[in-house]
Amino acid sequence: MKKRKASGYAKWGYIFILPFFIAYFIFSLIPLVDTVRYSFYEYYQSGIKVIGPNYVGLVNYKELLHSDMFRYAGNTMILWIIGFIPQIVIAMILASWFSDARLKIHGKQFFKVVVYLPNLIMASAFALLFFTMFSTSGPINSILMNLGITSSKIDFLGSTAGTRLLVGFMNFLMWFGNTSIMLMAAIMGISQEVFEAADIDGCNRLQRFFMVTLPNIRPILAYTLITSIIGGLQMFDVPQILTGGKGSPDRTSMTLIMFLNNHLKSKNYGMAGALSVYLFIIAGILCAIVYKMTDDSDPDGSRAAEKARKRAERKAGHKR
Amino acid sequence: MKRNKIALVLAVSMAAGMMAGCGVGSSNGSAAESAAAEEGKVINIYSWNDEARQRIELVYDQVKETSEDKTVTYLKDGTEIHWIVNPNQDGVYQDKLDQALMNQAEAEADKKVDIFLTETDYVFKYTDKDANVAIPLKDLGIDPETDLADQYDFTKTTASDADGVQRGSTWQCCPGVLVYRRDIAKNVFGTDDPTEIGKKTNSWEVLEKTAAELKENGYYTFSSYADTFRLYGNSIENSWVEPGSTTVRVDPKIVDWINDSKTWLDNGYVDANIKGQWNDDWNKAMGSDSKVFAFLFPAWGIDFTLSPNWDGDAGQWAVTDAPQAYNWGGSYVHAATGTDNPEHAKEIILALTANEENLTKISKETSDFTNDKSAMAALAEDTSFASEFLGGQNPFTYFAPSAEGIKIAPLSAYDQGCVEIIQNTFSDYLQDKVDFNKAKENFETAIKERYPDITEVVWPE
Repeated sequence: MKKRKASGYAKWGYIFILPFFIAYFIFSLIPLVDTVRYSFYEYYQSGIKVIGPNYVGLVNYKELLHSDMFRYAGNTMILWIIGFIPQIVIAMILASWFSDARLKIHGKQFFKVVVYLPNLIMASAFALLFFTMFSTSGPINSILMNLGITSSKIDFLGSTAGTRLLVGFMNFLMWFGNTSIMLMAAIMGISQEVFEAADIDGCNRLQRFFMVTLPNIRPILAYTLITSIIGGLQMFDVPQILTGGKGSPDRTSMTLIMFLNNHLKSKNYGMAGALSVYLFIIAGILCAIVYKMTDDSDPDGSRAAEKARKRAERKAGHKR
Repeated sequence: MKRNKIALVLAVSMAAGMMAGCGVGSSNGSAAESAAAEEGKVINIYSWNDEARQRIELVYDQVKETSEDKTVTYLKDGTEIHWIVNPNQDGVYQDKLDQALMNQAEAEADKKVDIFLTETDYVFKYTDKDANVAIPLKDLGIDPETDLADQYDFTKTTASDADGVQRGSTWQCCPGVLVYRRDIAKNVFGTDDPTEIGKKTNSWEVLEKTAAELKENGYYTFSSYADTFRLYGNSIENSWVEPGSTTVRVDPKIVDWINDSKTWLDNGYVDANIKGQWNDDWNKAMGSDSKVFAFLFPAWGIDFTLSPNWDGDAGQWAVTDAPQAYNWGGSYVHAATGTDNPEHAKEIILALTANEENLTKISKETSDFTNDKSAMAALAEDTSFASEFLGGQNPFTYFAPSAEGIKIAPLSAYDQGCVEIIQNTFSDYLQDKVDFNKAKENFETAIKERYPDITEVVWPE
């Protein structure tokens, strides 16, 4: 009797989450399965004529391996690193300042909002703004020339380094606030007693940061890193707008998703599907790593400690 | 998060599509097998801007009025024209049109595409014989030989399929000229008279000497290397892709453009800071602070591009002979296969593109160069016609002979991609970012991405 009643309540739970699952099924799962299915087909549009779908097996996958895919993967990686390094450094500094109880910064809330603001701007609007500012006859060039820093116009977007740095800089600006907030939450999750104890033991600021804060926020840091890699893997909006989808110069700022978009321009669902599957696999692996790291099956670390103890014992046994 | 964004975009576009569909009234199920059959009550016209609507309102005598929101035009016989406008940018227009044309057979009579417009860059995709989405004019009851006798021949060729069957028609003809700054001309050459300047610009040899002279005085001849592309690219001998072939053949003229542009750029005859067209730098080069002497434009370029970007007094520009006759752009009108309004389509095409009186009216009111040899010849003679922007000059005196001299390049369905990609990839070469062979490779990669059925690219020796 009691059991039945419990399942009667559970029914409502299912009903309430049903809309999400229906939406997920229609808008995510079906397209996902379709993408995988089409990756085995030759299916594109030539002019107004549709070619296919003809089953071709793994041809699309093989062809991609022979294309410049790895070069674009490299570009994506470089663009991501340029943005990520300053992002994590600045975010860490801001987070430790904002969460330091003894610094007594005024208007903390205000600064948190300001730091987060760039993330609210649409990436395309941001890229367009930078495109205008850094164009050869744009305001940045005229400022530099008026200050006498350069005598001739600098062609920022015409050089590989310039374009990549700008893309990285924009990604940094857009995402450091987000990361700061996340790290702040992580630091505030650390018990104040730990910090107090460290202070009593005569810890200076740097020591406290590297010896206490950093080790304690490691799981969140790892999470930030992995989600940022996944986000970086999908990067396209900023370089797409900044270079007009060309990845100029010489395709050195072409990311994997821009490569995918190129295939979608010809409605080449087969090739685009295969590329998506590759990306899906990489993202899947990364997700698995995050899942492993944030897995809460060992909340107080006792299992890991047990394992370490056993290992130590075994080692000791060996020696003996 | 990305996926959510995409889902949102999809949902919004779907909702928008539904709303667009809802406006159309219920079908009366009339068939269009014979011309005698009753015409449908709704004419759906696909276009990328409202130019066609304005032109039709101006010259089609059946038009009664257009609704406030400009989406429906009512005709005197009770038929409604529904305007389905999608922007040209990023291929949105073609995407929507393709979708509609592919569903044409299943669509209800009043939701079928009846008339659609195309541009020269992609007209061939739609006049393709195998695709058969545009009705041959003959089947509509228009005889190109007699009804369109006064049109410029190259516009008829452009609107024809590979067998020479004409499947569209245009009211517009886009002969290009050279537009130059009068003040710079006076400064450097001591005169701004179009006839005198024309002697310095009417062939590539003399233009190169003129360019050197301008350079000495601190001026650029053209703004960017892309400015001259249409002169070369629209006069190629063979089409980019022969019918039935999967090989892109790069014409020697294109390689000439690359080499000549390199020379011009290295000599400083064009501004190296301006990369291609349709960008901010290019627009600024049309301002009064710019050191650029001239632009190569057809009539629409002067009205829609040069004039809005010019910030000085009116009357500072003038037109003269370009180094060679060329065509740039043009909008074509087609009746869609499967339309339930063939009679109206015929009437509209005739009124818009084959009536001398109407075409003269369009030219006079909008200074568009229209597709009628005798009307344009008359207008070129008309001394009362003067453009304020061009300092009282009658530009038709230069457009008309240019139009006569145009020999249009043979088209293929791949033109738009080829033209875009060759300019993009070689722009890296022209700016010394890559060497010639690398640019070639990049072109091959990009063209195969854009058109998966292309298997090979052949370069001239």
